[in-house]
Amino acid sequence: MALELFLDMFSQPCRSVYMFAKKNNIPVEVRTISLMNGEHFSEEFGKVNPIRKVPALKDGDFSMGESIAMMQYMAEKFKTPDHWYPADLQKRARVNEYLCWQPMGIRLHGSKIFWLKLMLPSVFKIEVPKEKMEGALEDLDSSLKLIEDTFIQDRAFIAGEQISMADLVAVVEIMQPFAAGVDVFKDRPKLLAWKERVVQAVGKELFDEAHESILNAQEAVKLIDSSKMEAFRPRVIRLML
Amino acid sequence: MMELYLDLCSQPCRSVFLVAKALNIPFDFKHVDLSAGQNYSEEFGKINIMRKVPVMKDADFILTESTAILDYMVQKHRGPTHWFPSELQPRARVNEYLSWQHTNLRTTGSKVFLLKVVFPMMMGCDAPKEKMDAAMDGLNESLSLLENYFLQDKPFIIGNQISVADVVAIAEVMQPVGSGVDVFVGRPKLCVWRDRVKAQLGEELFKEAHEVIMKISDLTQNIDKTALEMMKPKFQKMFS
Repeated sequence: MALELFLDMFSQPCRSVYMFAKKNNIPVEVRTISLMNGEHFSEEFGKVNPIRKVPALKDGDFSMGESIAMMQYMAEKFKTPDHWYPADLQKRARVNEYLCWQPMGIRLHGSKIFWLKLMLPSVFKIEVPKEKMEGALEDLDSSLKLIEDTFIQDRAFIAGEQISMADLVAVVEIMQPFAAGVDVFKDRPKLLAWKERVVQAVGKELFDEAHESILNAQEAVKLIDSSKMEAFRPRVIRLML
Repeated sequence: MMELYLDLCSQPCRSVFLVAKALNIPFDFKHVDLSAGQNYSEEFGKINIMRKVPVMKDADFILTESTAILDYMVQKHRGPTHWFPSELQPRARVNEYLSWQHTNLRTTGSKVFLLKVVFPMMMGCDAPKEKMDAAMDGLNESLSLLENYFLQDKPFIIGNQISVADVVAIAEVMQPVGSGVDVFVGRPKLCVWRDRVKAQLGEELFKEAHEVIMKISDLTQNIDKTALEMMKPKFQKMFS
């Protein structure tokens, strides 16, 4: 039986897992879990991932969460080409270094921008204070600079001449604030050039497919039933503001 | 000899220290005193421009990020495989934990520590009750997940043997403990797991790794005033 992947393409880590699986022709069955419709709270999904997050993976009796761990699992099980997660000690260390830095380094900031620019005003009708937005944009800016200057430098990709998991994980996070209307590539030719290389290495069709729904986010959020989201308001305010 | 740049106040430094010692990896302990702002020195800047600890220097190869360092050390020094299993599913469980913990237990445990210890130092008064309550809720949620999802009724995260996941977890759990919040009260499962981890690592080694954090109030009373001033803007932004 094929491996099952539980995904919502609005979510950055779901996109990296999707692109990794599809690019490597891994036999997977994709099950869509709509976060906006609260499908991650279903009883069925709770059996797959009790933490109720996406992405999640089910391989027979074995289930797990966490996108990076999932990609490492698939890489090992399906013996994907070495460059995705190199066996060489130092090359692997560079990939790991990025993967470990990125949750707090970029994911946090990119997500925050997405929520402050799009979700809070459109879905929760909250006006975000100017200084909060400016602070968040500053943090994002610092992160993008670090990615360019420390992680990419003058290499083609984060770990060297070939694409790895690190680049997939990086690009999906950068696309999140971009989808919310922040032109992260403006005045960053190095970042843009790297992104284009990633798109080419993944395949434009696959990249576009993975990003179709998020790039339509500004329209999609207008259709969200705000009343269904009310329960999350206090938590959202606590985390974002 | 491999160099490890560490401050044992820091959770990820403790995990790296504990695993290096547990695997008998010879290393040169380079103390980077965060309370004295030593991470801002010119010399340390050459080691890590991001000015964070831990850092590993193995000949010319410099590596940051504790989980990357742990993987490197275990792969290179080929100790007993349970530390970072080679079998697919146990390995996946370790990776799953290491990934989850960044924005969960690490974040929530750090927040409680920062509010209890660093906030009063920086802001001159105790953290507001609602901030502290929210931080405690977050920490409790993480600890429940550690107990109920990652441990369940297993002795260790992967099952019968300790792995780097348990070491990373215990280092994070001890951070709020060091700030005076006894997270073990009312959590017998967590207590028993902690005692197992201590027994595997060795009581003496565990104590050595946690000496600084358990006496953190001594450190904060004697903190270097210039270093404090330098750190203030960053923390004030965090606390606002």
